[in-house]
Amino acid sequence: MSAALLSIEDLHKSYGSLRVTDGVSLAVRAGELHALIGPNGAGKTTLIHQLSGVLPSDSGRVVFDGIDVTAFSLPERVRIGLARSFQITSILPAYSVLENVALAVQARSGSSFRFWLPVADERALNEEAEQRLAEVGLLRRMQDRAGALSHGEKRLLEIAIAIATAPKLLLLDEPLAGLGQEESRATIALLKQLKSRFTIVLVEHDMDAVFALADRVSVLVNGRVLASGTAADIRSHPAVRVAYLGDEEVV
Amino acid sequence: MKRTLRSPAVWLFLALALVPLAAKLGAEGYLLSLATRALIFAIAALSLDLILGYGALASFGHAAFLGIGSYAVGILAAHGTGEIVLQLAVAMVAAILFAAATSAVSLRTSGVYYIMSTLAFGQMLYFLGVSLSAYGGDDGMSLAGRSRVLGTAFLESDGALYYVVLGVLVAFYAGARRIMGSRFGRVLSGIRENPVRMRAIGFEPFRYQLVACVIAGCMCAVAGVLLANQTGFVSPAYMTWQRSGELMVMVILGGIGTLWGAILGALAFLVLEEVLSGLTEHWKLILGPLLVMVALSGRGGIAGVVARVQRLFHGRGVR
Repeated sequence: MSAALLSIEDLHKSYGSLRVTDGVSLAVRAGELHALIGPNGAGKTTLIHQLSGVLPSDSGRVVFDGIDVTAFSLPERVRIGLARSFQITSILPAYSVLENVALAVQARSGSSFRFWLPVADERALNEEAEQRLAEVGLLRRMQDRAGALSHGEKRLLEIAIAIATAPKLLLLDEPLAGLGQEESRATIALLKQLKSRFTIVLVEHDMDAVFALADRVSVLVNGRVLASGTAADIRSHPAVRVAYLGDEEVV
Repeated sequence: MKRTLRSPAVWLFLALALVPLAAKLGAEGYLLSLATRALIFAIAALSLDLILGYGALASFGHAAFLGIGSYAVGILAAHGTGEIVLQLAVAMVAAILFAAATSAVSLRTSGVYYIMSTLAFGQMLYFLGVSLSAYGGDDGMSLAGRSRVLGTAFLESDGALYYVVLGVLVAFYAGARRIMGSRFGRVLSGIRENPVRMRAIGFEPFRYQLVACVIAGCMCAVAGVLLANQTGFVSPAYMTWQRSGELMVMVILGGIGTLWGAILGALAFLVLEEVLSGLTEHWKLILGPLLVMVALSGRGGIAGVVARVQRLFHGRGVR
């Protein structure tokens, strides 16, 4: 088995007396798609915030690619290859679709303390951004204002921005949220392609998608890891079925 | 060429270049002095628009840099150094240091706290000016004459001063446009749009905002050097928080985040002040409702109105 790209060691986060993350330890192996499931309020998004550096942790460690990143800020983590998408779409609405992605390319290619040359003419940035847009199927919308995209297109743009940062690991927070059936199918197909190129941690409520995509699944309940294993293990895990899948046969 | 001619800024600058000729038809000295003063404030407003409009940083202490520029002239002149090259160098170095030091603190706060901290730093400098009794203290000090340019008395002519001020304004406008279209400008406006998104692709907003504040402060200090030359007087009154507020009003009145809107706003503000204060001493009672109307009509300001009229004629927007 390949080594862990991301290891989480006894991570804690509390708001007052509420333990949102309560001693989570997980290892995400290089190359796998690791799904994180759990009922609403289980602490999935909080954990993603802690892993990406949006929220500081109370205790515990996050080690990414051999580096202890627990004290790293969000931008610092992104620069060493830990990218994320947001559950609630976060883009630059007034910028064009292309500019949204080109900025992510710019962030890791040379200094941005350049004050004179027009950035819109930098072909290297634009070409790479176009490639990323082509990969998610948004190339034809590249000149449009990002704010004018449909919800489904914005979700795809969010993914294009994340992969434009050239990550080693993608933290995807509910990429299917709010999508229609058709869009959902297309996005699942896209994720299947992406999983061969990136290690992915996927938070998702759509169980069909999770079991179709995941190599391994961890179940989070009340801030704790209830179970962690292959998709098949989790599907048949009795405690998981009771706590989360709500399988009637068990009752 | 066609694109250049469509740019309202080009027409504005051409019109401004003709002002000294037009002034000959009326009360020349008075008109030219008013126009020069208006352009100097246009430079200050332009510099504020860089951080207010593009960085969404509502600095309430920007007038401090007018003070830094004018005191650089006053203090150096008091010690026998009337050379503007030296005065500019000192003003800009002082502005860079002040902007870097104060922004390093202010930028760690946000929202109302950012506004309050910039205001506090501005007031600190104001009270420093008041306490400089060797340089006029509260009363300020008169200058013996205008700065010398490489030893010549070039600036003593009102017309020359006007065109120097206009030249600086045009150069700063062009430079600011350039910066905003660069890598740096795209990052700065991106931070205004969505700081979380910018952090999530690897940008640390603080560093870019700090550099923007330094550039803006430096530009405004040059306006301060010119202001001292235009008025022949240096005073802490240039640095009051009311003055900072007026600079904000100019930017918002003209149209925030457009650069040339800030210039329009400054011109409009000074002309309104001149005209309305001739009518009544309570002229701010008229200015107030005007500003409320601009604020209610959205971000556009005067520049927004011009852009809408242009769209009407050309069928397409002008950025």
